[in-house]
This record gives sequence, C-alpha cells and structure tokens, in this order.
Amino acid sequence: MLTAEDKKLVQQVWEKVSGHQEDVGAETLERMFAAYPPTKTYFPHFDLHHGSDQIRGHGKKVVAALGNAIKNLDNLSQALSELSNLHAYNLRVDPPRFSSQLLAQCLQVVLAVHLGKDYTPEIHAAVDKFMSAVAAVLAEKYR
Amino acid sequence: MVHWSAEEKQLISSIWGKVNVEECGAEALARLLIVYPWTQRFFDNFGNLSSPTAIIGNPKVRAHGKKVLTSFGEAIKNLENLKATYSKLSELHCDKLHVDPENFRLLGDILIIVLSAHFGKDFSPSCQATWQKLVGVVAHALAHKYH
Repeated sequence: MLTAEDKKLVQQVWEKVSGHQEDVGAETLERMFAAYPPTKTYFPHFDLHHGSDQIRGHGKKVVAALGNAIKNLDNLSQALSELSNLHAYNLRVDPPRFSSQLLAQCLQVVLAVHLGKDYTPEIHAAVDKFMSAVAAVLAEKYR
Repeated sequence: MVHWSAEEKQLISSIWGKVNVEECGAEALARLLIVYPWTQRFFDNFGNLSSPTAIIGNPKVRAHGKKVLTSFGEAIKNLENLKATYSKLSELHCDKLHVDPENFRLLGDILIIVLSAHFGKDFSPSCQATWQKLVGVVAHALAHKYH
C-alpha cells in the first residue's frame, strides 16, 4: 500500500511539525469534536472546552502513537498491535473504518493549516494512505 | 430542511467571498484525481492524467474544476433550497454520468483541505465545522435523485 516515496513524504511532513506536535494533537481533536459532534460520545468524562487539559493530554497520546507508527512504517501491524487490542476490546470505538476517517480528515486539515502551500497533493495523498493503513490495522481485531 | 444559523451563514460567506473559484476548483479536482486515483474512471477523455504534475497542469481538469466549484457557488446562494437547486444535476450524475455519491463526499473533504491550506488559521474549527456541514448537505442534495 505505502510506497517507498509515500513513506518518505509522511516522515518529511511529520518532521515539519515536530516541535508543534502537541498543538497538532489538541487541535485535531478539537476540530473533530466541533465538526463531528457524535465523536464526543466517546468522551463523556472529558472537559471538551477549548484548551482543556484533557484534550491536550489526549491529543499528545494520539500524536505520540502516530509518531511511533511513522517510525515503524515497515511494520505497522506490530507497532500498533497494543493499540489495536485496546481499540477492539476495551475502547470499542466505532470501527476505525468509519471513525478514523473523521480523525484523519481533521488531522489533514490541521497539517494543511500549518503548512499551507507546502501541503502538496503528493503529501496529501501519502498522509491519506498512511491514515487508511493505520485505520486498517486498528480495525483488525474487532471481530 | 436543513437549518443554517446566522453565524453559519456568516462563516460560509466570509470564506466564499475570498475564494478564487477557478484556482480552488482546479486544485480540488486535481487533488481528488491524485489522492483517489480511481476517480479518474470518470474522466477517460481528459487526456494525460499519468502523474500529479500532469493532472495539475491538465487544462481539462482545470476547466472542469472551475465548473464544479462554480456550481458549488450556486448551492451557497440557495442554502434554503438545495434539493431543488440540484435536482437536475442529481439526475444527471445518476442517469448519465453514473457517479457513486461517495465521490461527492470525497470531493467535499478535499475541498475543505484546500481551503485549510489557503486560509490557514482563519479556517478555524467552527469554520471547518460549518463547511463540513455544508459539503455534507451538498453531497446529500446531489445524491437525492438517485434511483
């Protein structure tokens, strides 16, 4: 699925936002909650106001997991194995086939906002493919 | 009938007022064909679509992108009456063009990413939320006459 070129582009783009990764995480989640209110149903225990510590903290977790995945693009299944179990058996978030599209869309928006013209069609395509691959791995154990 | 608050209408028009329909339309359509290459199936007669560079430079892609986004502008002028506005277009996409409505959703999401890249921080979370609602409603109206 991911070509060598795709992997390079994803790594490049991640590098471009290193240093802002926490902001990227928080903003992605904030946008997801604003644009897709049903996603909030998974966080009844969170303070979902703008700037909330819980959103920051959770955004940081999500971004760290994606960063780890990006360091292990040749072995996504293994790198995301723990998370795959967690999503399938504990969190039971609506299968990543669907919900991941929403998170992925918001991540792409955040990257586009930060990178402007540098968010080229080639990078856009590579990130889209990467997020699909992540969703596929996370969904593996659902049933 | 979809309800639009005053704030939502403002968020839509303030962005739309600054959009270069030709540039934005061309870019959105090009990205659709690049990011989701299977969508090229609808454009066999467009000539060279063999690489991102070819797609971006393709004059038919540019022209069609402009057409599509111009039509989108019509939707924005007729927010209270979308299904009627798009009735004929919906029939066309079903009966003549045979386009799976899923593609409208894909294009809508891509349009939002293009706007994000152009407007940067001005494309705030509430702006995005309103526009996600708009592209969803437009896609729905375009799919409405399918049978």
